[in-house]
Amino acid sequence: MHPVFQGLLTILIGVCGCVGYFYFSNLFLDKVLFPASGPNAGRNINRANIVRPWLFLFPALAALGLYLAYPVFETLRLSFTERLPNNQSRFVGLANYQQMMSEPKFWEALKNNMLWLLVVPAMSTAFGLLAAQLSDRVRWGNIAKSIIFMPMAISFVGAAVIWKLVYDTRPIEQEQIGVLNALYLYFGGTEPNTWLTIPFWNNFFLMAVLIWIQTGFAMVIISAALRGIPEETIEAAIVDGANPFQIFFKIKVPQIMGTIVVVWTTITIVVLKVFDIVFAMTNGQWETQVLANYMYDKMFRGIDWGVGSASAMVIMLLVTPILVWNVYNARKEMR
Amino acid sequence: MDGMVGKKSTLVWAVHLSLAALVLLWLFPTAGLFVSSFRTSDQIATSGWWKAMVDSEQNLTLRAASPADQQEIDGKFVIEGNLFDGRKASDITAWGVSSKAIADYQPGDTATLRKGGTATVQANGDYRLENTEQFTGKRGTRIFVTATIAPEFTTDNYSNVLFDPNNSEGMAKAFINTLTVTIPATIIPILIAAFAAYALAWMDFPGRALLIAVVVGLLVVPLQLALIPLLKFHNQIGIGKGYLGTWMAHTGFGLPLAIYLLRNYMVGLPKDIIENARVDGATEFQIFTKIILPLSFPALASFAIFQFLWTWNDLLVSLVFLIDSTGETTVMTKRIVELLGTRGGNWEILATSAFVSIAVPLMVFFAMQKYLVRGLLAGSVK
Repeated sequence: MHPVFQGLLTILIGVCGCVGYFYFSNLFLDKVLFPASGPNAGRNINRANIVRPWLFLFPALAALGLYLAYPVFETLRLSFTERLPNNQSRFVGLANYQQMMSEPKFWEALKNNMLWLLVVPAMSTAFGLLAAQLSDRVRWGNIAKSIIFMPMAISFVGAAVIWKLVYDTRPIEQEQIGVLNALYLYFGGTEPNTWLTIPFWNNFFLMAVLIWIQTGFAMVIISAALRGIPEETIEAAIVDGANPFQIFFKIKVPQIMGTIVVVWTTITIVVLKVFDIVFAMTNGQWETQVLANYMYDKMFRGIDWGVGSASAMVIMLLVTPILVWNVYNARKEMR
Repeated sequence: MDGMVGKKSTLVWAVHLSLAALVLLWLFPTAGLFVSSFRTSDQIATSGWWKAMVDSEQNLTLRAASPADQQEIDGKFVIEGNLFDGRKASDITAWGVSSKAIADYQPGDTATLRKGGTATVQANGDYRLENTEQFTGKRGTRIFVTATIAPEFTTDNYSNVLFDPNNSEGMAKAFINTLTVTIPATIIPILIAAFAAYALAWMDFPGRALLIAVVVGLLVVPLQLALIPLLKFHNQIGIGKGYLGTWMAHTGFGLPLAIYLLRNYMVGLPKDIIENARVDGATEFQIFTKIILPLSFPALASFAIFQFLWTWNDLLVSLVFLIDSTGETTVMTKRIVELLGTRGGNWEILATSAFVSIAVPLMVFFAMQKYLVRGLLAGSVK
């Protein structure tokens, strides 16, 4: 069957299945199991109302459990086992972690990830703050915002191609078609660089791609927060003779600190999962490995599920503080 | 006071200029790819894309017509024609007949050819070769010209990448495959999440707060953790790699955000409407379909855009759950990564393929930006 028809059929089955499930399960609950008539009508209505939330929740909980919660525990288990040929596995304790720790590529990935964690959220938030503040003050601000926000819609892979063109290198006797080399030579550079192969600094050329994408996100959130600042605080500062920079750094920024933290943590999560950019641009060569790509390498090129799972657990471990913080805040807000 | 006013207008200018610089910086990389996708491979390789808009001076190697076309006029053998035959005419500023001296002559000059005879080239590309003996050889004489070429754009790259059935590296099939992955993976989670969000927002039951906390927690679980266990699971239940598994995976990964977004929105709906409906005897199912769903349209749209962008742009999930060794089910992102490896220097193919894949999300983005912004604001954990 052609995949397009398969897709259409899936939509049909999926949608009808969902609607049918909710409709008939509710019907069954109200008419057959606990009918709201007869001698026990009142009791039945109450009972139906106790069951109903779980009817509504069941498909979502099943999918969440199977596709997100169960894998966390299964990956943890796999990270302590070794895969044997005939689809068996054997408990090996911490051997996978030990093997991972002994690999220089892992340490390189961890070190690079830390560098990403320091640079990308900071730069994206800073640029976002700058763009939000500037665009709120000019009439064409909305157009400016649209353009800075636009990379959010572009895939990491598409962005990788876009930036590879920026970093392109031609031999010195030819004209440079990459902007960066053209500028470098124009401003007195002696010969064109292959930017992505210069160890250590190439990490920053990769990070630029993610900063370029995430700045729009930071800008949108921060811009909304800036607009929510009470006018009186700013007016009071103006009356007191504060200059624009003081207003910005001493009045506005402290008031939106909560939002800045949210933006920062959200981008941190994105950074921890970053895979496509490195995969498409350098594939971890020239000392640009990151954890997610290291894990993919182990899983699908090295076919070493044990070490792959162990490195996935490292990513999970790094995410956990933010997870706890988010849950804590969400619960606080609900109270 | 005058000083103050002066200062203020400098600041306004500084704001305008720095914002303009920022916008240009953000637009420039994408513009490069866009412009490059409309240039020929020669143009891309010989000049930066930012020079595509202006006349450029280029050194070209052109050929006169082959000796087979020579005519005998008044006892002389003559080959005549225009060097830019079939191409856009340009102004020649200098020319030459040897690769070592490509700019020895001005337009209108006459040069002596190495193999005998003379050549005259005019500024518009008209040439005349004369010889007292017959011209020999199969190919035409090479003439080197320095010419000013007007900007020229082509859509050939797109017809090549999208519509050429013989192009095994084309994007047409990958485009269809991506669409096949995306649409079910966008629609199904919305439905499932909407019901769950309603229960979490407006139904009272024990464990509700805990469930909401779990959803918030699952929002940030890296999907890297799910890859191996789910691949194992898919192999066990016999669906292996394929669309079904991919749709299910995308549904599972999209649900936490969907539930979180929709619940936050539904909680904010006016309580009176729902309670009045309950008093009037509407069942929960009716309240949900007749009242909640229509009112939640903005939140549904927000999530739909997120999920669409995310599934369309995804590489990892497709690599793991969809693309098998036959490559029949490849998606655009995977195809582009392949092209980066095999066609790293052929920017006309790369740029066009990448832009084909970027174009759809960009259209969605500009058409539905309002909902995207709204969704972002509601979806970031406060």
